[in-house]
Amino acid sequence: MRDARGEVRRPIGLRLWLSGGWLTLLVLGALLAPWVAPKDPLMQDLFLGRMPPFWVAGTEPGYWLGTDSLGRDVLSRILYGTRLALIVALVAGTLTCLIGATLGLIAGYYRGWPDRIISRFVDIWMAFPPVLFAILLIAVLGPGLVSIIIAIVVIDWTRFARVVRAEAMSQGAMDYVASAQVAGRTRFGTMLTEILPNVLPTIVALLTLEMGIAVIVEAILSFVNLSISTDSPTWGGMIAEGRTSVHQAWWVLVFPLITLFLTVLSFSQLGEGLKDRFDPVLR
Amino acid sequence: MMYQVRDLRLSLPDMTRKPLLGSAPRIEILRGLTFDVPRGAVLGIVGGSGSGKSTLGRAMLRLLEPTGGSITFEGTDITHLTENQLRPMRHRFQMIFQDPMSSLNPRRRVGGIIAGPLKLHGMDRLTTRVDEALDLVGLPRSFARRFPHELSGGQRQRVGIARAIALRPDFILADEIVSGLDVSSQAQVLNLLGGLVKELGLTLAFISHDLSVIRRLCNRTLVLHQGEIVEEGETAQLFEAPQAAYTRELLQAIPLPDPYQEWA
Ligand SMILES: Nc1ncnc2c1ncn2[C@@H]1O[C@H](COP(=O)(O)OP(=O)(O)OP(=O)(O)O)[C@@H](O)[C@H]1O
Ligand SMILES: [Mg+2]
Repeated sequence: MRDARGEVRRPIGLRLWLSGGWLTLLVLGALLAPWVAPKDPLMQDLFLGRMPPFWVAGTEPGYWLGTDSLGRDVLSRILYGTRLALIVALVAGTLTCLIGATLGLIAGYYRGWPDRIISRFVDIWMAFPPVLFAILLIAVLGPGLVSIIIAIVVIDWTRFARVVRAEAMSQGAMDYVASAQVAGRTRFGTMLTEILPNVLPTIVALLTLEMGIAVIVEAILSFVNLSISTDSPTWGGMIAEGRTSVHQAWWVLVFPLITLFLTVLSFSQLGEGLKDRFDPVLR
Repeated sequence: MMYQVRDLRLSLPDMTRKPLLGSAPRIEILRGLTFDVPRGAVLGIVGGSGSGKSTLGRAMLRLLEPTGGSITFEGTDITHLTENQLRPMRHRFQMIFQDPMSSLNPRRRVGGIIAGPLKLHGMDRLTTRVDEALDLVGLPRSFARRFPHELSGGQRQRVGIARAIALRPDFILADEIVSGLDVSSQAQVLNLLGGLVKELGLTLAFISHDLSVIRRLCNRTLVLHQGEIVEEGETAQLFEAPQAAYTRELLQAIPLPDPYQEWA
């Protein structure tokens, strides 16, 4: 009685390679920015303003992706901006996930009064329009890294809570949960060892999506100047500046925009890729 | 006596008819059942869909709390024990579920599924016990590393059986465990179960709506209709001379093989 079903190893999908590769590149760039960035991201040189990228004639060597109107190196600014984007993505994404998923898991599995309290809270919370909520929060807290992270967590934990609650509820109705009770596992133990592993793929998919969203939110807030002070480079800030001079120097807008796009795309694909690779249950 | 069930009643709130304010009306699912399960018996529980078979089974395993009457398991009244009080004795009564796909955690390997309950009850030599259980149900030991979706329906149901017997329980409840299988795997699983009952000296309650299966496997049979026992007795007697009208109806509804039938 031997067949190959148990032995098939799935290859790492292209999806996981590409998204994982890009994000690894970003993490390395962020960590090593002081060493790999060709120039000081804040150094202005008005004689070198609006230099085109390297493949266009008439550029200064060393400014690979050109310079902005104040003569600052675009590549170096993107690299330093990565630090902020990734910190926001990781910290805000993880916190949002922890809070939302925990509450959702408890509500969906225990049901009864914990569910009534948590669900009511989520409903009330979601009655506020999110963008207004964020701007209000930052107006109160003052701009800064911590405010952005708090704003993202405060707005988005409900997404985790709702999705995880629904998933935990449907898993809780499965017979393997009754089977755990027959075996004498505690309610809490069942939640951690039986339900959680089955909700985890959903949580991971939401988490990577949330990291992408966090990058966008940070960019939007920088774009409307509610983020970090203007001198530390951010992708959103660069996009805002680039937009004003897009006819004279398109590269100032286009490169941060591409970086932002690829990053958000990679985060959303990473979740799917991880699931394809590591979830034992083929869907 | 393994089980003594006295005037067992169970009602659940009917959420579909819950008024806006106040509590939902309760529907009576079990309406006063009294019967015994002698040690070593193989008790068949039959009845139409919705007659309360599964509810009775779940009450006997205390997955549900009865609203009236009493259930005594080997001299202990378990009717209203709390989950904490039940836990130390849970390894003595086990259950095999109807749907082997949803009763096996899809993200655990077979080995872990069988070893999990053993670990909870502080048993040692887990790998040996898992191997033994797989041997008993006729699965290769290498299956311990597989996930449930890598097995066929019949193999999954064997894993369900292995999980229940690995704990060496006194009593096993099997709720419609072959209704999802094709005829040949049905026969295999039933033979296996029949053999295990003898080999391990189990007491078994076997829920089914298939009378031909009950006739083959069970020495006592209990007929349930709308939450009440309409007839109970030795299987052979019950099939020979059914007393209740409902039992006769059930018997007529199934085509029993008639050895003296002439070819038309
Ligand atoms: N959680 C519940 N809430 C309300 N009613 C329920 C609930 N569970 C079961 N019932 C009702 O109780 C009755 C008995 O259900 P049960 O599952 O015990 O039947 P059964 O004999 O096992 O039927 P089947 O052969 O279809 O499995 C049914 O009428 C069912 O609708
Ligand atoms: Mg049933």
